[in-house]
Amino acid sequence: MPVKMIEVRWHGRGGQGAKTAALLFGEAVLATGKYIQAFPEYGPERMGAPVQSFNRISEYPITIHACITNPDYVVVLDSSLLESVPVTYGVNKTGKVIVNTSFSTTKIAHKLNIDASQVYVVNASQIAIDTIGKNIPNTPMLGALVKVIGNLDINGVLEDTKVKLTAKFRHKPEVIDGNLNSIKRAFNEVKNK
Amino acid sequence: MIKLVYPKGKLVAKTGNEVMAEAMRQIEPDVVAAYPITPATEIMQIFSQFIADGIVKTEYIAVESEHSAMSATIAASAAGARAMTGTSSQGLCLMWEMLYIASGLRLPIVMAEVNRAISAPINIHGDQSDTMGARDSGWIQIYSENSQEAYDNMIQAVRIAEKAKLPTLVTTDGFIISHCMEVVELYPDADVKAFIGKYKPERYLLDIKKPYTLGSIDLQDYYFEHRLQLAEAMKAAKNIILNVAQDFKKTFGREYELYEKYMLNDAEIAIVVIGSTAGTTKVVIKELRDKGIKAGLLKIRIFRPFPSEQIAKDLAHIKAIAVMDKADSCSGAFAPLYSDVVASLYAAGVTTPKIVNYVYGLGGREINISHIVNIYKSLNKIASGQQKPSTTIEYINVRKTKHSLFYKCE
Repeated sequence: MPVKMIEVRWHGRGGQGAKTAALLFGEAVLATGKYIQAFPEYGPERMGAPVQSFNRISEYPITIHACITNPDYVVVLDSSLLESVPVTYGVNKTGKVIVNTSFSTTKIAHKLNIDASQVYVVNASQIAIDTIGKNIPNTPMLGALVKVIGNLDINGVLEDTKVKLTAKFRHKPEVIDGNLNSIKRAFNEVKNK
Repeated sequence: MIKLVYPKGKLVAKTGNEVMAEAMRQIEPDVVAAYPITPATEIMQIFSQFIADGIVKTEYIAVESEHSAMSATIAASAAGARAMTGTSSQGLCLMWEMLYIASGLRLPIVMAEVNRAISAPINIHGDQSDTMGARDSGWIQIYSENSQEAYDNMIQAVRIAEKAKLPTLVTTDGFIISHCMEVVELYPDADVKAFIGKYKPERYLLDIKKPYTLGSIDLQDYYFEHRLQLAEAMKAAKNIILNVAQDFKKTFGREYELYEKYMLNDAEIAIVVIGSTAGTTKVVIKELRDKGIKAGLLKIRIFRPFPSEQIAKDLAHIKAIAVMDKADSCSGAFAPLYSDVVASLYAAGVTTPKIVNYVYGLGGREINISHIVNIYKSLNKIASGQQKPSTTIEYINVRKTKHSLFYKCE
């Protein structure tokens, strides 16, 4: 019986790096030996506007090229989106929602009107401020997602992300360590309570 | 773990645009002239960075429009250079008259094209109206289902164009492939360079030892013969494309033909489609086959030249066929792919399959599993005689009444 494909939907605001997170996550998961897709939803690209991006992960080649409508995991980079965007749309009873927030799982679950067992929280903004020096929550949320999915190799993800960030920020090495630390911290701190 | 097809290959996660730029880096043409347009901009943005970084020696001509981009590419090619360009949608439209000049002068230009809707209303998303509009311009047209095919097709296009002496364009579906990161196997630079070889034009304008005239006036006395030669060159290109594909398979291990047959040989119902939707269709076919439904797919890779004789043979046994067009000719009759498929079958004496024309995905409108499942359901009914095939175009996932106001991706 083939293992089911994993589908992820990222919610963020323009400028928070939802697209970059999906791309980084896709590349990192490929490095662990799986097939991936990473794609953004293209709409009006404005700073602060709600945006989405997507990932697929599979043990087998991925040939589908269509929207993700029933995500297994939803990652919310900005908790203010909970007020305005139906982030649980298409999420079924086994789906999980990971939110960047300082509130508890119970509070967020109540707000989203889903079972608390489906909700994971992590204060990714605080982690980003501590480690990177700016409220850019996308890389810590990547660490949280790896933890919640469970069967991905965090060290493989960290290694690949390091390579990618080193290429991108070769003139700003401090950014690289900060981002890697943010992934590690969020991996350890994401919780279901 | 993911297995390599080519032992010296390298797995990367890249978008359609990124791999097209990679292919161009490895091809390293003598001249590139291009003008930016969404969603193809990245290809030239990445490629021009390769030039700025000194990674390739290509002469890049920054032009003020796509008309000039094609004109400069034509001039470079006529002068004897290996020349490339890239564009999309309105950009291809602005190249229009020059497209015909490139093919009429038999210049082996290669174009990286990203399929996008045409204005108005203005829309940046993917459909195939742009290249379908250019179907009669004498360019070889190669479509890609995914990023791997886009990369492989670009490499093959250089050899195809130069052997056929016909300009060749390679496309991906806008955003769906151009901006989707997928797993792609890249081959080493040296191996790609060895595969495409050095460009040795038979004749070129800068060859002062063999001067010749290019682009002269050609009236009632000779024009027709030259157009006939162009038509014959297009027909002959089918074998060239197959030969290049054979050599590509021998070299890199991946198999290409004029079109891909997916579970088609024993199929009773089939979809004919171009591009990324073929991948989604394959998922549906697997599900239907598990239920014992004999569904199949014919995915067009080469639309020009159109593989008419071959298609007629491979579709002859199908009871009901859906031909899916991601472009509408607004012909008052049928869309381009349907017209070519039906003409091919009829000319070959194949009249038993019932064939329905579906138009889908205009302006990037979603096409997903459920839409394709419904098409196969309908084909099943047509095949068993429970339903009469539609005699006009069936439009998928579009609102037809004024009262349904909202569209939701589901």
